[in-house]
Amino acid sequence: MNTDAVIRTRALTKRYGPLRAVDAVDLAVREGDVYGFLGANGSGKSTTVRMLLGLVLPTSGEVEVLGEPMPAARRSVLPRVGALVEGPGAYAHLSGRTNLALLDASGPGASRPRDRRRRVEEVLEQVGLDPADRRPTRAYSLGMRQRLGLAAALIRRPRLLVLDEPTNGLDPQGIQEIRQLLLGLRAEGTTIFLSSHLLAEIEQMCTRVGVLDRGRLVLQEDLDVLLRPTGLVAVRTPDAQRCASLLGGMVEQLEDERLLVRAADAATLTAYLVGQDIRVSEVGPYRRDLERVVLEAGSPA
Amino acid sequence: MIGVELVKMLRRPRTWLILAMLVALPTLVAILLAVTDLAPRPGTGPPFLSAVLTDGTVFPLAALGVVLPLFLPIAVAVLGGDAIAGETQSGTLRYLLARPVGRTHLLLAKLVTVVAFVVLAVLVVAAVSYVEGRLLLGGAPATGTVSLSGSTLTEDQIAGRTTMALAYVVVSMLGVAATALFFSTLTTSAIGAALGTIGLLVGSTVLLGLDAAQALHPYLPTRYWLAFVDLFRDPILWDDVVRGLLVQLAYLLVFTLAAWASFATKDIDD
Repeated sequence: MNTDAVIRTRALTKRYGPLRAVDAVDLAVREGDVYGFLGANGSGKSTTVRMLLGLVLPTSGEVEVLGEPMPAARRSVLPRVGALVEGPGAYAHLSGRTNLALLDASGPGASRPRDRRRRVEEVLEQVGLDPADRRPTRAYSLGMRQRLGLAAALIRRPRLLVLDEPTNGLDPQGIQEIRQLLLGLRAEGTTIFLSSHLLAEIEQMCTRVGVLDRGRLVLQEDLDVLLRPTGLVAVRTPDAQRCASLLGGMVEQLEDERLLVRAADAATLTAYLVGQDIRVSEVGPYRRDLERVVLEAGSPA
Repeated sequence: MIGVELVKMLRRPRTWLILAMLVALPTLVAILLAVTDLAPRPGTGPPFLSAVLTDGTVFPLAALGVVLPLFLPIAVAVLGGDAIAGETQSGTLRYLLARPVGRTHLLLAKLVTVVAFVVLAVLVVAAVSYVEGRLLLGGAPATGTVSLSGSTLTEDQIAGRTTMALAYVVVSMLGVAATALFFSTLTTSAIGAALGTIGLLVGSTVLLGLDAAQALHPYLPTRYWLAFVDLFRDPILWDDVVRGLLVQLAYLLVFTLAAWASFATKDIDD
């Protein structure tokens, strides 16, 4: 994989009065990543995303997007970035296609009218909206608005997509469609920066994760590193106490009927325990899930 | 970008609703005058209105005199107040800026669009009221249109001076447009920005009626609005017209710069 930094921030900080909304954040997003940016509401995700796009100006620190400093180089950077920031925005009295055409015509490097019409239709189909729909967007459902917002982000075939809660307001099938769409874009080489508070969404799609907690980046790592095998086996048994004393130092954790045992192989361990007359009700290799990783990173124990 | 903003303005139903309202008031006045034959006595009421019964061709000027003090400024305040705050409310501002549209560029496009609306409004009001004046109130007397000074003006003179008067009305709204644009960058509420602007104009009008505020009068934005009347004296009385132009340009400059200062580095976080 190419390791060029698509997004890089150094000690990025935003203060609102005494409050440090974003505090010395060093993001590193590489080309081809699907980067999951996690954090509770109010943790500073949105402010960070807005600083990446030059909407909010940092108090201190640096931002580089596509290798150029932001917001200084926004005229050359932003045409190659598609963004969905905290919900879609559209003129309520105009149709979806008119909204997209106007947005495209607003900025530098606008397409020629004929290309634009074709591109608008393509991108509407891509996100699952009907290009022939002439209704004003005020008649759209929440999910349709969200799709329109995605279409607006995609219309210029960006190299980098910055998406803030992209599946907001979508039903399960819609979420599945959008996930397929994003995976398809990723396969074409688009780097995706996905901010969300939904762990499952991140876990299913992302290759790399950053966790923001009260403005600080407490974790940034590739997902397969985070979720790699732990070398532990989880055992559930009604004879937990006896089992623990039998295994001694191998037991990492004991709660009620559940033990975490340092062991290379679950099958060997099971055979040994059964041989010692310990009743085993459940056994298997222990994997951490993202939720646990994030909780451990977020709250200093 | 200016083109896109013009398209947005023209495709908004609200634009046409406001234009319809601007035309409706003079139309009502024309009908009432034609039916009752009761014009205000000379020297009272809106300018030119006392003359329209004898000369329907000056009705466009009377119509502008009717809409200028209240209707037109309100319309400009609403459009100008909507310029940035409206984009914030619809959630489109962040996408425009991320497109990217330069912030200065966006402000200028918005200002130009509001001014374009004023031009359109003035032309529509003038055209419609010209037709209404001819149909309902009759043509000019055989002796020709009489100036406010009592002499007779030729048709060419009337046309030239009417054009100047229309241009002056447009200029009169520049200050309002820039003020509304400035307020629009301060708030996320389009109505708030419009009301702030209207409040300023009401304040200016109140001070104009107060002798104790005499020293402030030459600097008030509404002071010279009706100075276009002076274009129809013989010879033209330029003093107030020129002062009016200078006052409007000063307001335009100051509030456009203020809008730029407030918007250029503003954090767009809603």
